[in-house]
Amino acid sequence: MSGHSTYEPKTGFERWLDARLPIVRLGYDSFVDYPTPRNLNYWWTFGGILSLCLASQLITGIILVMHYTPSADHAFASVEHIMRDVNYGWLIRYMHANGASMFFIAVYIHMLRGLYYGSYKAPREVLWLLGCVIYLLMMATAFMGYVLPWGQMSFHGAVVITNLFGALPLVGESITTWLWGGFAVDNPTLNRFFSLHYLLPFMIAGVVILHIWALHVVGQNNPTGVEPKSKSDTLPFTPYATVKDGFAMSVFMILFAFFVFFMPNALGHADNYIPANPLVTPSHIVPEWYFLPFYAILRAVPDKLMGVLAMFGAIACLFALPWLDTSKVRSMRYRPTAKIHFFIFLVACCVLGVCGAKLPDDPVIPGLTTFQLMASDLNSYVWLSRAASLYYFAFFLVILPVLGLTEKTLPVPDSIASPALSHPAAAPAEATAAPEMKG
Amino acid sequence: MLRKLSVLAAVAGLLTAGLAGQALASGHPLPAKNLAWSFEGPFGKFDQAQMQRGYKVYREVCSACHAMSLVSFRNLGDKGAPFYNEKYPNSNDNPWVKAIAKDYEVADIDNETGDVIKRPATAADRFPSPFANEAAARASNGGALPPDMSLLAKARTAGPDYIYSILTGYATPPAGLRVEPPSHYNQYMAGDLTSYWSGDHKHVPPGGFIAMAPPLKAGQVTFDDGTPSTVEQQAKDVSAFLMWAAEPKLEERKQTGFAVLIYLLLFAGLLYASYRKVWKNESH
Repeated sequence: MSGHSTYEPKTGFERWLDARLPIVRLGYDSFVDYPTPRNLNYWWTFGGILSLCLASQLITGIILVMHYTPSADHAFASVEHIMRDVNYGWLIRYMHANGASMFFIAVYIHMLRGLYYGSYKAPREVLWLLGCVIYLLMMATAFMGYVLPWGQMSFHGAVVITNLFGALPLVGESITTWLWGGFAVDNPTLNRFFSLHYLLPFMIAGVVILHIWALHVVGQNNPTGVEPKSKSDTLPFTPYATVKDGFAMSVFMILFAFFVFFMPNALGHADNYIPANPLVTPSHIVPEWYFLPFYAILRAVPDKLMGVLAMFGAIACLFALPWLDTSKVRSMRYRPTAKIHFFIFLVACCVLGVCGAKLPDDPVIPGLTTFQLMASDLNSYVWLSRAASLYYFAFFLVILPVLGLTEKTLPVPDSIASPALSHPAAAPAEATAAPEMKG
Repeated sequence: MLRKLSVLAAVAGLLTAGLAGQALASGHPLPAKNLAWSFEGPFGKFDQAQMQRGYKVYREVCSACHAMSLVSFRNLGDKGAPFYNEKYPNSNDNPWVKAIAKDYEVADIDNETGDVIKRPATAADRFPSPFANEAAARASNGGALPPDMSLLAKARTAGPDYIYSILTGYATPPAGLRVEPPSHYNQYMAGDLTSYWSGDHKHVPPGGFIAMAPPLKAGQVTFDDGTPSTVEQQAKDVSAFLMWAAEPKLEERKQTGFAVLIYLLLFAGLLYASYRKVWKNESH
């Protein structure tokens, strides 16, 4: 796909450098001349948006560290020092805290786009796997970052999540103690989380480079799922993709700014403005919204170990996806049944998110008591999350493998450019030269 | 397609019903009263007169038990703060701030002798806490710990609405509810009253027990601007003051946000025009 380089050094310095370190050539081939399918829609702009998110998190994070004190005694007060005394500290901190949520909004859209258009299928399996690794690193980073302000939800969230490892047989307790650096979540835990929270983003950046490398080897997928066959199927990355990505990024930044400036605490939990107190447990411990579906899967299983395994299994399904989907057709545009299941899957994920935020035994339909099953009323969030979890796993483990073999797919176009495109090219400029300008 | 949509709508409807129903179920506290605040909305600003009244309520009533340890006296003279005056851009010079600080005594170390001494506070000091430590605070309050008020308006769901509701939410306990001193019945307090309720189990009264006795009384604080000193007025003013204490940069944040949004909208418009121009002659 990358093919042979068309870069031509123009100045003497560029020629000199190109013979020694062809870094300008690399940039030119990757971000200027790189051929992109001409039919990419806006769902393809989230890769660029995600790099913007990563850059924003890195920059704001590095500035926050200049003012933050990683100590169980001083962490909470130092965050408030940032909010009150550091110049524009409130802006930097709200950007970082809301930036995490924006990062997850973008990554979920990016992943669902890959799922819908079959971007994980051969030859893009490694590209998909690297993406899953980035997602896993993001979850670890976000979780540890949430612990750093050392508020009530930070502390008790850390207790709940680290205790999950205690469910593992034989080694569980030792692993938990090792993670804590002691016999409870305390100062050593905070310090190691801080260290790792600073390390992991750079690991993410490293895997992102691999992710982009893999992308540039196999080329981008596109809404038809048909590989570009000729030059007429593609356009150079610059200016075509850059300007479209730029527009999408600016729209995304409007959403981001709306949260940062007008509802900065809407996505957080009020309890995290209370300093951590090991002796007082919040009445209702909930993770950040982006973990809620997994939290619901965890609680859907009555056995702790099985719950932990189910939760990790839900993520493992993503890694196995390239080999679970047996369909020869990439894009769900041409897979009518798979498309329906995709949207049910989307609803199931949202339902799991809602269930994760609720108390398990609260009724879904208020005031209605049905009958007890496995120690819970059938009309309860725990049973709703059981149903949604079942669909989540069935989607990956049953529906995609079976459907690929049995589904009657629609005819797939021969190439990207040949069938009717949604936006055909404008006629030659002279013919219709902007009628609206003539008036 | 239509069928799918209707299924989705039904699911969404069920979920909303679930959300709405929960707040009304018996045993839960009443939802906080929804007041109109000057600092709400994209152009919201603190009402300086209200915050000054609120500060007086804090000083004369709340501060007897509640610390506000994250706030410095100088903060009272910052932009958007209760005692900001444009003549004193450096809040340490602000005469109101200085006078307020001088009223407090803070612990210090005598540089000459090394003894622990008390001295009048300066603008640079933080508000001293009424109790030396948590144990002392609990000992003086029947075992309950009065929460620090620096962040209270952000540390409770519904923030200032919640604080106002608690302050005005004391009610005569309904017959059948056993209230054990020093607890007080409050309709907006979280808690479970089931084991104290001898009436119908399907109709447990809303709310919970709070250790704090009703703190506000009509006329207790005299407002210098002549505002009638009702319990509601005191509660509202002190809630607004506490919102400022929790989020002192609120005005700066909203003003910056407005400028940023205008910039981003223009920027996005420009990029969209460029996008249309670049892609004009390309099918996609």
